[in-house]
Amino acid sequence: MKFGLALLAALVAAALLAPFLGTVDPAALSPVMRLRPPDGEFWFGTDPLGRDLYSRVLYGARVSLTVGFSVALASTSAGLAIGLVAGFYRTADAVLMRVMDGLMSIPPVLLAIALMALTRASMGNVILAITIAEVPRVTRLVRSVVLGLREQPFVEAARAAGTPGWRIVLRHILPNTVAPLIVQATYICASAIIIEAILSFLGAGMPPNVPSWGNIIAEGRNLFQVAAYIVIVPSIFLSITVLAVNLIGDGLRDAADPRLARQL
Amino acid sequence: MLHYVGRRILATIPVMGVVAVVVFGLLHLSPGDPAAVIAGDQATLEEVAKVRERLGLNRPLAVQFGTWVSGLLRGDLGVSIYDNQPVARMIGQRLEPTIALALCTLLVALCAAIPMGVVAAWKAGTWIDRGIMGFAVLGLSFPVFVIGYGMIWLLSLRLELLPVQGYASIREGLGPFLAHMVMPALALGWVLTALFARMTRTSMLEVLGQDYIRTARAKGLPNTAVLFRHALKNAAVPIVTTVGIGIALLIGGVVVTETVFAIPGVGLLTVDAILRRDYPVIQGVVLVFSAVYVLINLAIDLSYTFLDPRIRY
Amino acid sequence: MILEVEGLKQHFPIGGGRKVYAVDGVSFCVAQGETLGLVGESGCGKSTAGKAILRLLEPTAGRIRLRGKDITRLSAAEMRPHRRELQVVFQDPYSSLNPRMSAGAIVAEPLRNFGVFTEEKVASLFQRVGLRPEHMRRYPHEFSGGQRQRLGIARALALKPALIVADEPVSALDVSVQAQVINLLMDLQDEYRLSYLFIAHDLAVVQHISHRVAVMYLGKIVELADREALFARPQHPYTQALLAAVPEPAPRASPRAPILLKGELPSPMSPPAGCSFHTRCPHAFDRCKSEIPQLRQGSAGHWAACHLIER
Repeated sequence: MKFGLALLAALVAAALLAPFLGTVDPAALSPVMRLRPPDGEFWFGTDPLGRDLYSRVLYGARVSLTVGFSVALASTSAGLAIGLVAGFYRTADAVLMRVMDGLMSIPPVLLAIALMALTRASMGNVILAITIAEVPRVTRLVRSVVLGLREQPFVEAARAAGTPGWRIVLRHILPNTVAPLIVQATYICASAIIIEAILSFLGAGMPPNVPSWGNIIAEGRNLFQVAAYIVIVPSIFLSITVLAVNLIGDGLRDAADPRLARQL
Repeated sequence: MLHYVGRRILATIPVMGVVAVVVFGLLHLSPGDPAAVIAGDQATLEEVAKVRERLGLNRPLAVQFGTWVSGLLRGDLGVSIYDNQPVARMIGQRLEPTIALALCTLLVALCAAIPMGVVAAWKAGTWIDRGIMGFAVLGLSFPVFVIGYGMIWLLSLRLELLPVQGYASIREGLGPFLAHMVMPALALGWVLTALFARMTRTSMLEVLGQDYIRTARAKGLPNTAVLFRHALKNAAVPIVTTVGIGIALLIGGVVVTETVFAIPGVGLLTVDAILRRDYPVIQGVVLVFSAVYVLINLAIDLSYTFLDPRIRY
Repeated sequence: MILEVEGLKQHFPIGGGRKVYAVDGVSFCVAQGETLGLVGESGCGKSTAGKAILRLLEPTAGRIRLRGKDITRLSAAEMRPHRRELQVVFQDPYSSLNPRMSAGAIVAEPLRNFGVFTEEKVASLFQRVGLRPEHMRRYPHEFSGGQRQRLGIARALALKPALIVADEPVSALDVSVQAQVINLLMDLQDEYRLSYLFIAHDLAVVQHISHRVAVMYLGKIVELADREALFARPQHPYTQALLAAVPEPAPRASPRAPILLKGELPSPMSPPAGCSFHTRCPHAFDRCKSEIPQLRQGSAGHWAACHLIER
């Protein structure tokens, strides 16, 4: 897990510091320089429009990381709220869970694609679409944790001690929900990064001029046999990022395992 | 038990209902006038009005929903704006490659993943286990198209072993079919394999730690018998659940894989429809995929009663 | 009388019109400073009765009176002030404490709920149950099982309640630790004039701590008596079988023969007609199959629900 954290930290740093790491304007066109393989001047080469691939990839990191974190944050918050309501109010639960089941029946990539087909391409819409696709799973998780917690003796003891409902939620339910939620959030981050790349790759994601890894790969699709590096470089970055986040998620999950806590 | 089966089947109806509402709502939830969205950015006011007339978008929502659903039940999924063909027929024509891809991938994934998971659990903690799980994590980290392009680069361009893209129906012969299917199935399958192998390993580990396994070994049963006769059966339920989740990934992944390998299936149809904003097709595809997913989940739920005699509501 | 329970019933509907008759007409009372032991095998409904009395459940029928006030149908808000008088200690020392709250916070919670929290009170509670106040900041997993149970007792004690429902408080502890916790409970009873409803299945423990004992079978009380009377002269065949089954540490020269009950415990979803014990009773006769026996006083203060008593 430490490896994952280090890796992610490096990527985040690279993304944030992009303007200072020897990049040029990622949108700067210079048709003269088009399709150069990686060399001393253009470290990753250039794309069909002469744009520096190195810069585009680094700025692309910003896109992917922003989408990943935003989706993780938004879906966890929304899922927590809805899951809590469903866990406590049985009538709301019946309705909400039917809706969530229905949403979950549509495979997430497909749902995101369909949602994006409705609107203009923009980062906000991409984040919204992927969030909507991921919320049902979080809701399910929160709800099942809440339902399990409600039966626990320590919650019953709190009721017997006269603790009002809101304080039971705040001090007993929420803290015990946070651990599995955080683990889930990291996996959602990884998933969101991949889905954004897929969306952009299929043309249903970020607007074409924005340097997203998916977009870059899409642009390189037809030139694969000639300039494979256009596809390969962002792919490597994408994979490394997702790998880092997954490793962090695995580490968190192992750390949060109550069996480890018992041994203390 | 029939009671349970019947109830379970009935339970899918409200779920499909929600899916129908969502799919229907997709078009109408978008900001702006649906007719304008369908007609496109370049349409004149008259063209927009014509589209509205043609698709009946000026009638009240409830009526539109009702007409749409009754059409669905008759098998009418609407007409493509772009091609003017019935959506149902378009999907039908392109089902074969998609189903072939899906089945091959599932086959590959299961045949690879379950033994991998079993071995990893058996040798937990050793480098074999770590190696297998490392392979799995990699599979979950590389998106399908990355793996796909990687394979094309290596096997088609560099080594010239396999055709770059395309699809050959099995009716044209097993050889060409396999040649075109190997890479896509492996690319898509790697992700699924990773998922299944992990779950198999986790589930097997939990089962292997149980006392009844120790009893079996103490009885002197050979290892394969212990693993497959006792352990695997008990580990089956979570594995089957994960297969259900994997199918969702499969459906999503099919779309990408078909794009990368230019397989003329339903996935590619979807992508084209998105680019062209061909809503009836998008709606039809989402509906069909979701219905398939719901049915598969139903089958999985019902299979639990066979796998675990304790699950009998 | 601190607690009076009349005809308490707790039925749980499960699908298809069937019900689980967990508690099916239970009546008893508990005086101040007294311990009523409630015994029975697993599934007889004793824990459910405890939860109903604590108003963690909505009783299906019957009356519960706490210090004379009827609390059976109170809403959660109306119930709150009464909770100061009525506290609980649970069985499992691991799941009855919130793993994410510090020990001090757990014990302080009841105090905070009623606005009477001070750190000194918490510290003195810790001391009273035999824990070091310095450990207030520790988390439950840092304590042993016996210590965690003491925390649970400290929490129950915080508001100086009149009655504590102890639901198998020592069943999950090692035998050596059980004795310490039981003695703690008895000391606290003497000091604070507490009443206990002591729910257990271990007869030896019940014999040690109780003043009076009630025996439950399939949701009903079959015998209720003073401790000495019950253990020396059990009236109900079920009690007799229970007591005969207790292993003796020093078997006598002529060992007491165990009374083996035939058959199995019927399901609480379909209790037998008439006396619910008749399917297993070695003395059952015709009347037992059709008529439910009522609790009758055989001798002063000794009640049993059995048709044999009247003969």
